[in-house]
Amino acid sequence: MTGQPMVKAEGVHKSYGAAHILRGIDLEVRSGEVFCLVGPSGSGKSTFLRCINHLERIDGGRLSVDGQLVGYRQKGDKLYELKDSEVAAQRRDIGMVFQRFNLFPHMTALANVMEAPLQVKGESKAVARERAERLLDRVGLGDKMGNYPSQLSGGQQQRVAIARALAMEPKLMLFDEPTSALDPELVGDVLDVMRDLAESGMTMIVVTHEMGFAREVGDSLVFMDGGVVVESGHPREVLGNPQHDRTKAFLSKVL
Amino acid sequence: MTDKLSKDPAPTPSGSGSPATPYEAIKAVPVRHYGRWISAVVVVVLLGWLVYAFSQGNIIWDTVWDKLFDSSIIDGLWNTIVISVASMALGLVLGILFAVMRLSKNPVTGAVAWLYIWFFRGTPVYVQLLVWFNLSLIFEYINLGPIYKNETVDVMTPFMVALLGLGLNEGAYMAEIVRAGIQSVDEGQTEAAHALGMSQTKTMRRIVLPQAMRVIVPPTGNEFINMLKTSSLVSAVQYTELLRASSNIGSTSSAVMEMLFVASIWYLALTSVFSVGQYYLERRFARGSLRSLPPTPWQRVKANLTTFKRSPEATR
Repeated sequence: MTGQPMVKAEGVHKSYGAAHILRGIDLEVRSGEVFCLVGPSGSGKSTFLRCINHLERIDGGRLSVDGQLVGYRQKGDKLYELKDSEVAAQRRDIGMVFQRFNLFPHMTALANVMEAPLQVKGESKAVARERAERLLDRVGLGDKMGNYPSQLSGGQQQRVAIARALAMEPKLMLFDEPTSALDPELVGDVLDVMRDLAESGMTMIVVTHEMGFAREVGDSLVFMDGGVVVESGHPREVLGNPQHDRTKAFLSKVL
Repeated sequence: MTDKLSKDPAPTPSGSGSPATPYEAIKAVPVRHYGRWISAVVVVVLLGWLVYAFSQGNIIWDTVWDKLFDSSIIDGLWNTIVISVASMALGLVLGILFAVMRLSKNPVTGAVAWLYIWFFRGTPVYVQLLVWFNLSLIFEYINLGPIYKNETVDVMTPFMVALLGLGLNEGAYMAEIVRAGIQSVDEGQTEAAHALGMSQTKTMRRIVLPQAMRVIVPPTGNEFINMLKTSSLVSAVQYTELLRASSNIGSTSSAVMEMLFVASIWYLALTSVFSVGQYYLERRFARGSLRSLPPTPWQRVKANLTTFKRSPEATR
């Protein structure tokens, strides 16, 4: 738990053309904690999450995961962009779960979970299959392994997506609004899986609108608005006793 | 008002669990579609007249049946299949290559791909065939430095001319079909694959292309069926395919029309067979996009047979 932080951001900036999305993000995520990012839509929280595994390139500042710069290599005081293969290697250790699941529709649930270990790590089929079955069991889908994503409900698809990310045995998991596209009655199953994962000691960064989950499971919480961190602290403090007006205004709408 | 109807008191429709509330089926006189009857009669009469005309025309139908399995016709048929499959394979490879080039971030490869597509789609395939056929007029030798050197006329056999002419032309069309297919795949798929640490190539080969196939296969089937017919053009560059084999016999035996019918029958047979193949190919790549695949005609027949055999109580 001690030592260097799992994720460290220093003055991270990101623009799309004229739109300045991230305006200097500073934060640290400790190893083993559940770190919640909340804020109104367009506040840059999803963009920041996507910067952590280099799906988006940052334009300014420094962002590192487990002591390694994301997407760059530093030699002296010069930065070098990493090759595609090096970026891919960095991403292996970072799992990501998307709002829209993004399961591979042409593969069964089992094949979805086996794909990356087989193709990226070059694991044997037997090993990959054994782990995939165990993971699907763990997310409560042991009986749906042969189903295609289109034959699963949204909540089931998202749990397969979590199993797929876990199959690479990541040291960090990113969740991009994992329950926002789900019917209300399906949210609980996905949150249960995430809670279970948090208890196992996984480092998790969760962009979410589920304040209940943040309060109950989260170790830290950051409120973002307009591309900056407005307020941060323990979830119960920030949600229970917000200091900043913008935080108060946002929470009054969602709680 | 309800008194008359409620002689046989129907259960109130309140309980949704009650099975099949009885109701009185409507008995009405159906609308008479006189127009449909008239048009059907007209069409059948015209068709009959057409068949009659051909049966009375100056055609020796026995020649058609005699020559249908003539060995030179079968050879021509085989050559048609060979050149169509080979050209289509070349077109498919070139199509994927140029589609990827066109979508790449490199502006030079993108522009080259655009130029290729522009040229080979913009000129008639017949002209392209003649250009390949006459290539020796401008290049006497094909000289690849130390690797290969030969006289152009030796290299450009009728088969090579046909293959290059049809294949390169097809490549331009396939490039556009493949590009549309690749672009139809949701960007989230690429992101998910990248997030798992998959390389660009792996993502394309394992995730994007298999999904793009669902969009690519139907128009590719059409392209292939077109190719079977377009291959008749290569008779102009001395390649003895079905049409040329037929007209060779036709001109020597003065059975011109008969031999054209022979060719047509074979072309119809080919396109019919490959249409069936296309149906199964489309089904194969629809996996995962539909909750359950509809049964094939053959499966439907089998299902009907089994229900027929099964005792009635099993179906309930």
